[in-house]
Amino acid sequence: MADLANPEIARRFPDLHPAFAHQEAAVEANRCLYCFDAPCTVACPTHIDVPRFIRKLASENFRGSALTILDANLLGASCSRVCPVEVLCEGACVMHRYNRAPIEIGRLQRFALDVFHASGDTELPSLPSGARQLRVACVGSGPASLSCAGELARRGHKVTVFEARPLAGGLNTYGVAEYKLNAEAALREVEFIQSLGVEIRCNEEIDSARFTQFAAEYDAVFLGLGLGKMEQLGIPGEDLHGVVDALRFIAEYKTGERLSAPGRVVVVGAGNTAVDAASAARRLGANDVSMLYRRTVAEMSAFEFEYEHAKHEGVEFRWLAKPLRIAGQAGRVTGLECVRVDTGDEFTIPCEMVIPAIGQSRGRALLESAQGSLKIFAGGDLTNGGREVVDAVADGKRAALAIHAQFGETHA
Amino acid sequence: MPDLSVNFAGIKSPNPFWLASGPPANCGEQVMRAFDAGWGGAVWKTLGEPIINVCSRYSSVDLNGQRMMGLNNIELISDRPLAVNLREIAEVKRRYPKHAVIASLMVESKRESWQEIVKQSEDAGADGLELNFGCPHGMSERGMGSAVGQVPEYTQMITEWVREIARTPVLVKLTPNISDIRVAARAARRGGAHGVSAINTINSITGIDLDTLRPRPDVGGLSSHGGYCGPAVKPIALNMVQQIGADADARQPVSGIGGVSSWRDAAEFILLGCGTVQVCTAAMHYGFRIVEDLADGLDNWMREKGFATLEDFRGLSLPKVVEWKNLDLNFKVVARIHEDKCIGCDLCYTACRDGAHQCIHLDRGKRPDASRITTTPIPKLDGPMADNRVTPLHRIPRVDEAECVGCNLCALVCPVENCITMDRVENGLAFQSWEQRNI
Ligand SMILES: Cc1cc2nc3c(=O)[nH]c(=O)nc-3n(C[C@H](O)[C@H](O)[C@H](O)COP(=O)(O)OP(=O)(O)OC[C@H]3O[C@@H](n4cnc5c(N)ncnc54)[C@H](O)[C@@H]3O)c2cc1C
Ligand SMILES: Cc1cc2nc3c(=O)[nH]c(=O)nc-3n(C[C@H](O)[C@H](O)[C@H](O)COP(=O)(O)O)c2cc1C
Repeated sequence: MADLANPEIARRFPDLHPAFAHQEAAVEANRCLYCFDAPCTVACPTHIDVPRFIRKLASENFRGSALTILDANLLGASCSRVCPVEVLCEGACVMHRYNRAPIEIGRLQRFALDVFHASGDTELPSLPSGARQLRVACVGSGPASLSCAGELARRGHKVTVFEARPLAGGLNTYGVAEYKLNAEAALREVEFIQSLGVEIRCNEEIDSARFTQFAAEYDAVFLGLGLGKMEQLGIPGEDLHGVVDALRFIAEYKTGERLSAPGRVVVVGAGNTAVDAASAARRLGANDVSMLYRRTVAEMSAFEFEYEHAKHEGVEFRWLAKPLRIAGQAGRVTGLECVRVDTGDEFTIPCEMVIPAIGQSRGRALLESAQGSLKIFAGGDLTNGGREVVDAVADGKRAALAIHAQFGETHA
Repeated sequence: MPDLSVNFAGIKSPNPFWLASGPPANCGEQVMRAFDAGWGGAVWKTLGEPIINVCSRYSSVDLNGQRMMGLNNIELISDRPLAVNLREIAEVKRRYPKHAVIASLMVESKRESWQEIVKQSEDAGADGLELNFGCPHGMSERGMGSAVGQVPEYTQMITEWVREIARTPVLVKLTPNISDIRVAARAARRGGAHGVSAINTINSITGIDLDTLRPRPDVGGLSSHGGYCGPAVKPIALNMVQQIGADADARQPVSGIGGVSSWRDAAEFILLGCGTVQVCTAAMHYGFRIVEDLADGLDNWMREKGFATLEDFRGLSLPKVVEWKNLDLNFKVVARIHEDKCIGCDLCYTACRDGAHQCIHLDRGKRPDASRITTTPIPKLDGPMADNRVTPLHRIPRVDEAECVGCNLCALVCPVENCITMDRVENGLAFQSWEQRNI
């Protein structure tokens, strides 16, 4: 864990939304109107009781505030940093109709959970356990599985999480932009879930063969596999040195394996992942970073605020253009040959790196190989097609409650 | 430009804004700077026998991140030698002949002691005297301050002693730590006072440190009850001022004190009959410079209202405070929610439902289906988002006007100005008070 906190990366990716100091948090918390049936709570996929936790912050009931958050969402700490609050809680804040800035819910939530973790007392109050202790396997250790596992463990069930990669946390650890959530903070949350009694086994990929054995070992399985591999561009030159898909590129810098980017980088695609890769390339030292998209700004799938952020980072956008071929010399990328989809004009962008970011495939293999009497649940990116961390957390919790209700409670 | 000058109970000053007796009027250097900043007068930090102060001395109550909504102190009277204070009073008067310098006094309850200090103060050039019968802590344990103010006979007696030799106007500063301020004010008047100053500080314990379990302020692990002042006490002070002004036997010139921090507060005290206002906490919080807005704001308001002098509006609100039994039982207002302003916080709904009369309802539009799973809206998957700048109808509450008792609570909790108004309902019924009804 410690070796993940690379000082160079930390220097290049300072918090986009810095932590609140104590007094700042108090002033912001006191701005909250404490709406009845608050729209922010309705908008949150995990329905955190926002006015309640903010009120507790205002009264300096810090533990109570954190428990209010965690009661709804065990991964409240990462959500507070990574959530697109602009389209969720903060987007729903009534302050927008008052010509005032919305309450900074995300930063307040982060403050509450930072204080909670710093307090050293992270024990959660116990929940009524089920009539029977279930054995549950969660495959994948992303937000969906962690949420599911934690909720089940809190209710007295025995949960084992299997993760193919060396570190747990899924995209929280390997994917989310470092200036939102660093791997260290992601792993702190993983440890918190472990402290609830969850066993996590890393470096254990579950294949169909192993999966079939689960029926004998577990009462239920939750699949939180996320999405599959990144889609390839399907053009010549993709095997050149210097072609790195966005997820690999991001994971490498987040784990400290990659500390720099070459001078000129082209990112293909215009989703949130593409934006993250492009911004990261800038921060890793690339002077020219452009994003290539075959449609126009209106169709880009990244959130508006992510697009603004990328422009702020100095990323250039090339609309209505698609890649034809990656040019190279001596096995290395030298440029990207493109064509304007409207005019048909061809042009080349000289560069040393090409980052494809045109989406991930759906990795449903395991899901489809499910068989026998085993009860299978699934959630997160795997089932919702790729939304956000908070959606995965909500899915995981719903699955846990369903598992608990179906087997834990009713079977005497 | 309106004229702010006053002649209060025979004490003249260029404006009605006086520093109250306390830390801001502790020494000549401060008082002169205050006069330079625009204060019309100063009541010197109470003079008397030598005392020793403790440390620490102040504590406060904050409200929602706002500091010092109420201030508490366990400080005694001046801890400087009397001779030094008198010398500085003389110096200030020499340099600022037009400003009012009032000597606040407190000595043991002996005729000679009082008469001696009155003489010394007047010899130093004080324009008036304020007898401090109000300090609620420390001095009261020694039979002074509020120990005098709480016994009408003592108040009258000492005032009489002072009047026997005083050449300048005599004010009596009243303590609010009694059940009926009128009794104290009547005693002062019987004793020959030219006016009263009200109020001094209110007995208080501001709070307890929840780590150490020590009450504040902390004096080596112990504390003592102190005197409360600042914005929090203004309503109590206004009430007491009104009571004095409305009582035939208590009525006399009043210098209003308690929570004055802006020109609005000053205007309110004057509307209830005060001839001057005194300020302590606000000057301690923000410095002497606040007087600029006191004067400027009052000026502008008087201009707008067409008042040329303070006498034009002094006491105008006094007759508007009557006994409850004289209020019109047939006067009716109801709450109206102006939906163009409503931001949908629904605080009025929950306040009315839990804290009032259950006449505000959320039934104007279809509420979103609670069983629907909420997800992050992704433009690619879900299309454009709804515009959150428009309040959805289901969040705009409805007032059942037939049931509304017109209590004001919803309008008080609403964070948006003028979104909920209390509108007059003409019911055609003639004025009828409880008294008339029960004849
Ligand atoms: C680059 C990028 C940036 C993002 N930024 C944000 C953001 O800022 N905010 C936000 O809210 N969301 C963001 N997201 C989306 C968010 O990360 C996902 O929605 C969320 O992580 C989904 O959680 P999950 O648990 O379903 O899957 P994942 O987080 O993908 O976790 C799945 C895990 O399962 C493991 N696994 C898969 N198959 C197996 C197997 N057979 N055996 C064992 N383990 C297996 C994987 O190794 C992985 O660790 C981002 C996504 C990406 C790609
Ligand atoms: C620290 C402190 C010391 C005070 N000392 C005196 C005093 O010596 N004599 C006195 O008559 N009043 C004293 N007061 C009371 C003030 O004169 C005034 O009556 C009271 O503070 C209410 O006014 P405010 O709300 O503007 O502060 C003191 C108040 C404070 C806060």
